[in-house]
Amino acid sequence: MAAEPGLAPPPAFRLPRWAAPAAFTLVLVLAYLLLRGSGTLPHDDDAPQFTAITELREWVDAHKNDSPLFLYFVNYVRLFIGGLFALLQTSLHGLGWPGLIGVMGALGWLAGGWRTGLLAMASLAACGVLGVWTLTVDTLALVGASVLLSLAIGLPLGVWAGRSPRLRRALGPVLDFMQIMPTFAYLAPMVLFFQIGAPAGVAATMIYSIPPAIRITALAIEQVSPTAVEASASLGATPRQTLTKVYLPLARSTMGLAINQTIMMALSMVVIANLINSPGLGSDIIKGLSRENVGLMLPAGLAIVLIGIALDRTTMAASRQRFRPSRVPYAVAAGLAGAGLTFVLPAEWPWVLRTAQPVNEAVRWAERSWFEVTDAIKEAVSLFLLNPLEGVLTSAPWWLVALALLALAWRIGGVRPAVTVAVCVAAIVLLALWEHSMVTLAMVIVAVAATLAIGVSLGILGARSARFSAFQRPLLDAAQTLPAFVYLLPALALFGATRFTAIFASVIYAVPPVVRLVEEGIRNVPPTVVEAALSAGSTPRQMLWKVQLPMARKAILLAANQGIVMTLAMVVLGALVGGGALGYDVVSGFSQRTDFGMGFAAGVAIVLLGIMLDRITQGADRRPPPLRRKSL
Amino acid sequence: MKIRLLAGVLMLGVALAGCGGAKVEDTPSAAPAPSGSASASAQPSAGGTVKIAINPWVGYEASAAVVAYLMKNELGYTVELPEIKEQLAWEGFANGQVDVIIENWGHDDLKKKYIETDGVAVEAGSTGNKGVIGWYVPKWMADKYPDITDWKNLNKYADLFKTSESGGKGALLFGDPSYVSNEEALIKNLKLNFKVVTGGSEAALIKGAQQAQEQQKPLLFYFWDPHWLFSKTELVRVNLPAYTEGCDADPKKVACDYAELDLDKIVSKKFADTGGKAYDLVKNFSWTNADQNQVAMDINDGMTPEEAAKKWVEANATKWQAWIPK
Repeated sequence: MAAEPGLAPPPAFRLPRWAAPAAFTLVLVLAYLLLRGSGTLPHDDDAPQFTAITELREWVDAHKNDSPLFLYFVNYVRLFIGGLFALLQTSLHGLGWPGLIGVMGALGWLAGGWRTGLLAMASLAACGVLGVWTLTVDTLALVGASVLLSLAIGLPLGVWAGRSPRLRRALGPVLDFMQIMPTFAYLAPMVLFFQIGAPAGVAATMIYSIPPAIRITALAIEQVSPTAVEASASLGATPRQTLTKVYLPLARSTMGLAINQTIMMALSMVVIANLINSPGLGSDIIKGLSRENVGLMLPAGLAIVLIGIALDRTTMAASRQRFRPSRVPYAVAAGLAGAGLTFVLPAEWPWVLRTAQPVNEAVRWAERSWFEVTDAIKEAVSLFLLNPLEGVLTSAPWWLVALALLALAWRIGGVRPAVTVAVCVAAIVLLALWEHSMVTLAMVIVAVAATLAIGVSLGILGARSARFSAFQRPLLDAAQTLPAFVYLLPALALFGATRFTAIFASVIYAVPPVVRLVEEGIRNVPPTVVEAALSAGSTPRQMLWKVQLPMARKAILLAANQGIVMTLAMVVLGALVGGGALGYDVVSGFSQRTDFGMGFAAGVAIVLLGIMLDRITQGADRRPPPLRRKSL
Repeated sequence: MKIRLLAGVLMLGVALAGCGGAKVEDTPSAAPAPSGSASASAQPSAGGTVKIAINPWVGYEASAAVVAYLMKNELGYTVELPEIKEQLAWEGFANGQVDVIIENWGHDDLKKKYIETDGVAVEAGSTGNKGVIGWYVPKWMADKYPDITDWKNLNKYADLFKTSESGGKGALLFGDPSYVSNEEALIKNLKLNFKVVTGGSEAALIKGAQQAQEQQKPLLFYFWDPHWLFSKTELVRVNLPAYTEGCDADPKKVACDYAELDLDKIVSKKFADTGGKAYDLVKNFSWTNADQNQVAMDINDGMTPEEAAKKWVEANATKWQAWIPK
C-alpha cells in the first residue's frame, strides 16, 4: 500500500518508501553486471563432499551384517515392518476380490451408510475393471502397514503433545521439516538402512504420514474444553479415566480427521516408494514414465484416485457419524458373504477393460496435432524465461545471490527468517550444490509465478461468481486427491521430457490449493467493508484492487507459501521426466552407486531450499494451520 | 520422548538379541504373497517364486519376458517381474528381493563387490547377446556432413546440436539416469563443447532419434546395440577414440569409446543353490541379438511383454527347447 500523503510528516526530505529497496536492487543489478562470471561455484560431480558421503555409505554397507546397530536394531525394524506388510498382503490377497470388496463395502456402510458403502465397493471394483487388481491390493497392504505404524506412533504422541505445550513446541520444527522435505529426498537413505523393498517403502511413507497424525491429534486434544476436564477431575477421575472417558471421546471427530489425513498422505507417498522396489500401483506409473506409455500409467493413476476416494469418504464419514453397534453383525455378515463368494467366483478378476491401446492412440493424436503449439510454448518459456533466469542465478557470484536472498528474507520476514536463510545458504554452499540449487530455484520461480498468476485469477473469479466457483470446486477436489506423480503424466504426453514438463506438472499440482486459499480469503473480506466501498462509489475494478486483494493479503501470502513448497516438491519429482539439477542428482544418487553421495547431498539441499523458501514467504504470516497440505 | 520411543524399540531389539541379531539376508517369516504384475496366476505353482528384475530398456524386458514365460508355462514357476533400476537390482540379491538379472552390461565393480566380496551373487553365463554402447547421429546427418562421424569434428558442428536445454553448448541426449554412462567424463576429457541433456528414458531416446531422422533435425544421442530401432531408423555411430583394454578402468579418466560387452546373466547365490530347474533354465538361456530385437519390437509395437514372448516361443520351439532342463 502506498503511503497516504495526508498523514505522512512533511515530505520535504523524506525519500519515498520504495526508494531504499529500489536503490538496493539497483546496486545488486550493477554488481551483477560488473561481477558476472566471477565467484561462481560450478558444479562438480566429484566434489570431495560427495565422495566422502559415498565412502561413508560403502562403509555402512560393508557393516550391515556385523555392526550391532544393524544386527540388533535396524535389521529387526526391517524384519518387523516387512512381517507386518507380508501379513497384510497375504490376508488381503487371501480375501480374494469378492471378499475384499465385501469388506470395504461393509466398512463403508458401517461408517457412513449405504451410499458410502456402495461408493467404496464401486471404487474397488473399478480398480479391477481397470486391470490393476493385484497391484491395487499390494498398494492397500502397503498403505495399511504405513498407516497402522504411523498411527501407532502418531496418535499417542499427538495426545501427549496436545496436553503438553512444551512437547508441542519441541515437535513443531521437526514436523515442519518432515513435511517440507520432498518425499523424493529420503528414498536413498532409506535404502541404505532398510535395503530395497517394502520395508524401506513403508518407512519412507511413514516419515510423510506421521506429521498429520501428530499435529491434528494434538489439535483435537487441545480443543477439548477445559471445563469438561475440570469437571471430571473434580468428580475424582484418575488421569487415565480423564483420558479415556473425557479427552478421547470429545476429540474423536477431529482425531478421525487425523486418521483420514494420515491415510491420504500415505496413499500419495506409496507411489513414489515404488522407485525403491516397494510393490503396488506405482510400478505401473514408473514403467509408464520410463516407456513414455501413458496408456500403461493411466489405469494405475485412476486406481490410486479411486482408492483415495473410497478411503477418504469412509474415514470422513466414520469421524462424523456416531458409531452404530447394531450394524456390526450385518457388516460382518456382508464381509463374510463376500469372502464366501471367493470360493464360488473365479479367483482372478474376471473382466478387464483394456484401455492402453485407445489411450495411447489418443495421446499420439494429441501429440501430433498439438505439437506445434506445445512445442512453441515450451521453447518460449525455456528460452525467454527459464534460461535467462537460470543464467543470472548461476553466473552471478554466489555471495551476491545469497545477499539478495538474505535481504529479501529480512525485508519480508524480519531477522529470524534472514538468519535461517543465511544458515541454509551456507549449508548449500558447503554441500557443493550451489549451482544445481540455483538451477532448481530458477525452475521453482518460473513455476511459482505461473501458479500464482493462474491460481490467483481463478480464485478471484471463483470469489466473484458463485456459478464459476461451483463449477471449479469438484475439479479442485479431484485435483487435490490425486497423488503428485499422476501430474507428470499429461505433462509428459504433451511436452516430452524437458525441464518445462516438470514445471508444467508442478503448476497443475500447486494451483488448486492456491485457488482455494485466494477464493476463501476474498470471500472472508467482511461484507460491511465491501458495502462501505460500494457506497463510496468504487468501481468493481477498484473494489478488487483496493479493497478485496489488500484485505485478503494474508490468504494470498499463505497461498504463495503453499505454492512454493508444493512446486519445489514437484519440480524435483520432475527429474523423472527430464527436469534437471537437484532432483536429477537425487535420481542418479539411487540409480548409480558412485553418485550416492551427490544424491544424498542433493536431498539435503532440496530440504534446505525448501526451508529457505518457506521461511521467506512465511515471514508475513504466522504458521499456517496444520491441515495445510491435503496430499502430495 | 522421541528418544524414549527410540529407546523402547532399541530395548525390543536387545531383547531379541538372544538369537544373535538379524542379518541382511533374513526375511520376514510370513509367507510371500502371490503378488507381482506379470503373473498373478492363482494356481499353486509347482516350483515356487522367481523374481527377475526388470531394468528399464526394452531389450532387457524382451529377454526377461521370454525366460519368465518359459518358467511359468514349461516349468510351473510363479514369476515376479519387479521394475528396478540396473544398479539397485544388485542390492536386492542380498535380501531376496531379486533372484535374477537377465542382462547385465559389464559392471565389473558391482561384480567385485557382490560376487567376490559379499558372496551374495554368482554369474550364470552369457545371454548370447553382444552389447555395445555408443554415440549416434541420424543417417541424414552423416550423409550431409560426412566427417561428423569422427569425434574430432564434433566441436565443429556443436552449434547444430544446440537446444533450449543445452545452455549454449551442443546437446548430447542421454537416456535413463541409471544407464551405464561415461558421457560426462568423455565430454570433459575429449574437451567437447557439449552438454549431457537427460531425456530420462529409453522412450525419449527412441522418439528423439525417430523425429530427428524423419524431420531432418540434428541430434547426437546415446544409444546401444542390440536394439530393434536399427531395423526401423537408420542411425550412424560416431567414432570416439577406439577402445583399448583397460582404457575405461578409471571412470573419471575415460577418453575412449565403450567396449563391446558379452552380456551376461547374474543370479543370487541363494537362487543358484536352491533354484532348481528355474536356475538351470536361466543358465541355459542364450539367444541372438536378432531374437531379442524381434521380441523387443513386438513389445514396442504395443504387445504386452507376455504376448510378445508367447509369439516368439511359439515360432522358435527348437531354440528354447534346448534351454529346458531335463
